Amino acid sequence: MSFDVMAGEVHGLLGKNGSGKSTLVKILAGFHAPDEGGSLSFNGEPTGLPLKPGDFRRLGMAFVHQNLGLIPSLTVLENLRLVPLTAGNRGFINWAAETRAARAALARFELDLDPEERIDRLTPVQRALLAIVRAFEEIELARATTGKPGLMLLDEPTPFLPQSGVEQLFRLVRSITQSGSSVIFISHDIDEVLEITDEITVLRDGERVGELKRADATHDKIVQMIVGRSIARGAHRKTDRTTAPVYARFSNLAGKMLEPSELAVHRGEILGLTGLIGSGYEEVPYLAFGARPARSGEIAIDGAAAFAQTTLSPRRSIEMGFALLPADRQGASGVDSLPIVDNMFLPDVGRFFRGAFMRNGAMVREARALGATFEVKPNDPGLKLSALSGGNAQKVLIARWMNRNPSLLLLDEPTQGVDVGTRQQIFAALRKAAAEGMSVICASSEAEQLAEICDRVLIFAKGRICQELTGADLTKDGISEACYQSAALPTGAPTPYLTQAAP
Amino acid sequence: MTDATKSDAIKTDASSTRSAGAPVNYRRQFERVALLLVWVLLIATFAAVMPNFLRWGNFSIMFASYAPAALLALAIIIPLTAGDYDLSVGATLTLSASSIAVLNVWQDLPIGLVLVVVLGIGVVVGLVHALFIIYFRVPSLVVTLGSTSLMSGIVQWMTNSTTIGGIDRALINAVVGVRFLGIPLAFYYAIAAAFVLWYVFDYTPLGRRLLFVGRGREVARLNGIAVNRVRVAALVASAVLASAAGILYAGVLGSADPYSGLNYLLPAFAAAFLGATTIQPGRFNPWGTIVAVYFLATGITGLSMLGIPLWVTNVFNGGALILAVTISQITRGREASDIG
Repeated sequence: MSFDVMAGEVHGLLGKNGSGKSTLVKILAGFHAPDEGGSLSFNGEPTGLPLKPGDFRRLGMAFVHQNLGLIPSLTVLENLRLVPLTAGNRGFINWAAETRAARAALARFELDLDPEERIDRLTPVQRALLAIVRAFEEIELARATTGKPGLMLLDEPTPFLPQSGVEQLFRLVRSITQSGSSVIFISHDIDEVLEITDEITVLRDGERVGELKRADATHDKIVQMIVGRSIARGAHRKTDRTTAPVYARFSNLAGKMLEPSELAVHRGEILGLTGLIGSGYEEVPYLAFGARPARSGEIAIDGAAAFAQTTLSPRRSIEMGFALLPADRQGASGVDSLPIVDNMFLPDVGRFFRGAFMRNGAMVREARALGATFEVKPNDPGLKLSALSGGNAQKVLIARWMNRNPSLLLLDEPTQGVDVGTRQQIFAALRKAAAEGMSVICASSEAEQLAEICDRVLIFAKGRICQELTGADLTKDGISEACYQSAALPTGAPTPYLTQAAP
Repeated sequence: MTDATKSDAIKTDASSTRSAGAPVNYRRQFERVALLLVWVLLIATFAAVMPNFLRWGNFSIMFASYAPAALLALAIIIPLTAGDYDLSVGATLTLSASSIAVLNVWQDLPIGLVLVVVLGIGVVVGLVHALFIIYFRVPSLVVTLGSTSLMSGIVQWMTNSTTIGGIDRALINAVVGVRFLGIPLAFYYAIAAAFVLWYVFDYTPLGRRLLFVGRGREVARLNGIAVNRVRVAALVASAVLASAAGILYAGVLGSADPYSGLNYLLPAFAAAFLGATTIQPGRFNPWGTIVAVYFLATGITGLSMLGIPLWVTNVFNGGALILAVTISQITRGREASDIG
């Protein structure tokens, strides 16, 4: 696949998760070696591939990643002048001159920031703007030696910004292109891309499916290109579980991104949650488990009286029969340096304490049996969790919770980094448990996976639930399309949403 | 999974126990006993140079006089397992020993009551540490480093910076007066403490929780473990055990001086990390710690019997600490350290 970015243009890059956007960014940043046969020219001069890490700086490229790469505990000045301050071997730092340079850079883009202010005191918008200004300074630094305009890559800079912040960011981007440099703008938000870019490239499954001038592009046309129509709407094996009694109802649930929302999961139902990055769906499993504090929210179980989310702790959730499998497997789900058996029975070690002793032998035997049921390979409970592949480690952690017969299983990206075969095993286990009455809430950014296992999917946009997909609409394409359409909803307008009526 | 299928699975497995058929890992087995072998080698070397090194009396004195150090090293591995440092155990030991002398000798309080008070001081020290480390989230390294200096100051004030002798004979008898197999009881107190810790670490759910809190705090929290309570308990246990070490120290010496206890900190840390390379490599474990304490003690005793000057002791202890941490890092496949 190939595409061109003209000097002084804003080039939009669109595509689903896994369509190849991040691979492209990584190749340019020199983290990834591309396959043979590709070529890259910059300002008309071919550069060799693969690029080495850091080459991009010499060429005049700069990246602003979603996490911005600012150091929160340092000042605006120190972050802005990070490269000039730490590179080279100057004898001493002239702080007065550095401050002047920082003020000049900030003033050029009419950014009213105190160079002495710490990053963690800034608003998200100010941080994003600062990161972009810094990237621009890097481009200009290269320009001073090469005499040629540069290229800035903005990778999803907007999902956590309010509308006014996005406009401010766009003004900044336009003033950068006026200097002759180009910007590649990567985003999931089609309307933003339409607003800021001159030219749009759409990727799908690692290939370029279209290049559009802004004048020719419409929202619908782009959605169609992103989602693709190659796969026909297949047959569904969805079960309508909404006739079953509601197991858990969350009302007024609000988190960092999530605006007060109401959702309910029925007994035996697999409920999917999805949306674009930053739309708030990914917070729901953690809020429902009491693993993160909510701004507000009440939970009612089995039609009983509701209680506040603030009274919920992971411990209480587990006692109520909830289970949470976080997306961060190594940081939040299992401990790599400890044996499989201990990871498996972490929430219920107490069960093996009989007659004043831990029954370590019984624990290992049960772990081996459980490992066999969930087809963990190799099934040796004494091994450290780190000895297993990602998929097998995930099986261990799923086995941990399934063995407890949870009444509500909360999942966040349950098959991240899990190979295809293992995926099917995990799905089968989920379906089986759901058929036996377990409720599942599964947050995922993968439409395909949701279409495969869910009975109902809620689409989130800008912190709100804005669409519900069931039955025949619940397909991979249907979900992807809904995600992109939903993002086009007017901001701020509260989207009244009610779960299907239940007693 | 239903209970029926679960018990089924266990039944089918019972017939094929050890079906995984993992071959015995000889390298691992060797790792477990490597330090013991080095210890034997060390003893043999000293014995070859000095035939009278092997006298039982020599060993019994060493076993007793390093009992406070052993208790101190055991105290350290509790918060280390839970992911916190306690650098103040040396100062807690000194505070405890000095308090015994001041209360028993100067204030004439009965020794039984004094011991209870001293253990109570340990609880308070642990709780104060916990307040700053867990409630105010100050790094444990900073808090316990600060409290070391703070307690040392209090000890100097309390004792007028003098050595106080004349502690109740009953304590001295209970620690070094009575012997079993020629070794004073002090040694057996340390062994008893190791037994208790071994039981807690390996045979109670608390031990498992301690380990998970140390290795993955977020994992532990999301699995319903009361992380903060476990950390508080570990810090209090460490301070109480350090106080107990102070009791042994006062008993071994029959007096209390306000400075020498601090010298135990480094060997105790060296032993804790060296102990994590043996018996159960990769984990802080009580038996490994005991082996490491007496390995270091043998080295120092032997060297001093050879008439090597005092400064060698410091070199030996410091070198052992760095070497121990290096070895444990290598045996654990260069995984990042748990503590920080």
